[in-house]
Amino acid sequence: MSAPRSGLDLSLLPDGGVRWLDASGPHSDVVISTRIRLARNVSGYAFTARAREGERLRMLAQVRDALVGVPSLSSSLLLRLEDLPVVDRQLLHERHLVSKELAGLDPQHPVRSGAAVFLGESVGLLVNEEDHLRLQALRSGFAVPQAFEGVNQLDRELGAQLPYAFHREFGFLTACPTNAGTGLRASVLIHLPGLVLTKEIGKVLAGLQQMGLTYRGLYGEGSEVVGNFFQLSNQTTLGRSEEELQDLLVRVVRHVIEREEEARRVLVRDAGYIIEDKLWRAYGTLRYARSVTFDEAMNYLSGVRLAVGLKLITGLSVYTLNKLLIFAQSAHLAHLEGKVLTESETNVARARYVRQVLVSEGGGVE
Amino acid sequence: MLCDNCKERDAVVHLTRIVDNAVTQLHLCEKCAAAKGVETTLSVPQHPLGDILQAVQQQASTTSEDAAACAFCGATARDFRASGRLGCPHCYDAMERSLRELLRRLHGSSRHVGQRYEAPVAHLVDKPDTLHDLRDRLRRAVESEQFEVAAELRDRIKALETEPV
Repeated sequence: MSAPRSGLDLSLLPDGGVRWLDASGPHSDVVISTRIRLARNVSGYAFTARAREGERLRMLAQVRDALVGVPSLSSSLLLRLEDLPVVDRQLLHERHLVSKELAGLDPQHPVRSGAAVFLGESVGLLVNEEDHLRLQALRSGFAVPQAFEGVNQLDRELGAQLPYAFHREFGFLTACPTNAGTGLRASVLIHLPGLVLTKEIGKVLAGLQQMGLTYRGLYGEGSEVVGNFFQLSNQTTLGRSEEELQDLLVRVVRHVIEREEEARRVLVRDAGYIIEDKLWRAYGTLRYARSVTFDEAMNYLSGVRLAVGLKLITGLSVYTLNKLLIFAQSAHLAHLEGKVLTESETNVARARYVRQVLVSEGGGVE
Repeated sequence: MLCDNCKERDAVVHLTRIVDNAVTQLHLCEKCAAAKGVETTLSVPQHPLGDILQAVQQQASTTSEDAAACAFCGATARDFRASGRLGCPHCYDAMERSLRELLRRLHGSSRHVGQRYEAPVAHLVDKPDTLHDLRDRLRRAVESEQFEVAAELRDRIKALETEPV
């Protein structure tokens, strides 16, 4: 069925776990995806970090039994992270399906026994992460209400089967007080090359922090900013309703999109040929290079994505660019090649993969 | 990845800087970070949340909550200061006053105004503790030196174990 080395048969993932890449959502050239997650814990157990293995496994069993009454996750795929080799766990993380912590990719936090993920059609449930339960929905483009509807539905169904830990004053109780209350983290993955090139990004990011939002690099908590991709999300979770938190994010993101589009207009108007040259060089390198690091790829892809957005390059779709974002990562390349790769082999494989995709899917590039 | 500065040791401190609207990243090992005066969590034994909690406790004079251990899981305020995470949902009751203030500082409010929740009816009825639950609680009681509680639990366990099935 699957290659003997791999513990994970990707064909089993609901739409390969990449439906959100299809660029079908609104504003999908600037906003790549929207994710909403809810943190919940089950009464009667210690929080994950303090719970012993037996407790965690019992909790997982209780969750699995409870899912019988949860339509949102009926026929979901259960993956036990501890049973998967590190490359497969990395793959799931690269697809934004599991957090770094759950996948045990942080050297200080190896994968825990009982760490599991239930993957449904458009929602997922992480078990034994920082909190007992992390419910999540991932959508293409700028789609906050749609994503919330999905995860909220899952939350209602699951909360009717399991006793959540809920406090009359503090709301839903979480392992870290920064998540208490609604337990809601709404975020968008957004591409802001215009603001970076016009050197306004610092002001904009500082501004949104003042408005109660926070920002991170491409892959969430603790990562750096790569390729002009930013993850914007709400900072607080307590004292505002779920609707208010979503509205806040939507308003601020709308504003940021406007600023980005304005910055792009300025770039084209004031530095047209310089920008054009820079972006076409990015495309040229991706099209012909023989070895490309991850950071280089992200930066060049950012340039190409901007070029497509500005209609300087035609014949290349946002979907193809989204696909490259995910599939040009290390674990994906190792999976593609069918073996573990060294860093230099990965860079060569990356260059080859990108060249192939640009030729096959961007054949009409002008 | 290697330290950007000395290129010898592994980088463990990752800085993202936005200066003049240019975003740069710097990766440093512990030594170079210290040399450059970067405050790292490696040199400070407490979790950042722990600092806030300490300030809160001193201000609100709720230091009485400091030593108290949670009745369910045995975690103390000290544990929270070190890890930034609580032990179990009951810790919110054990450290209620300190946490109320901490939440206020973190979120600007300590009062939940979002969706309400009621646990499913089947779970509202007091279920008798299973042997597993009791054994877990006994282990935690012993670890946190709550020997009276431990003795009680031990007796309950014995009673359940010797029950004719």
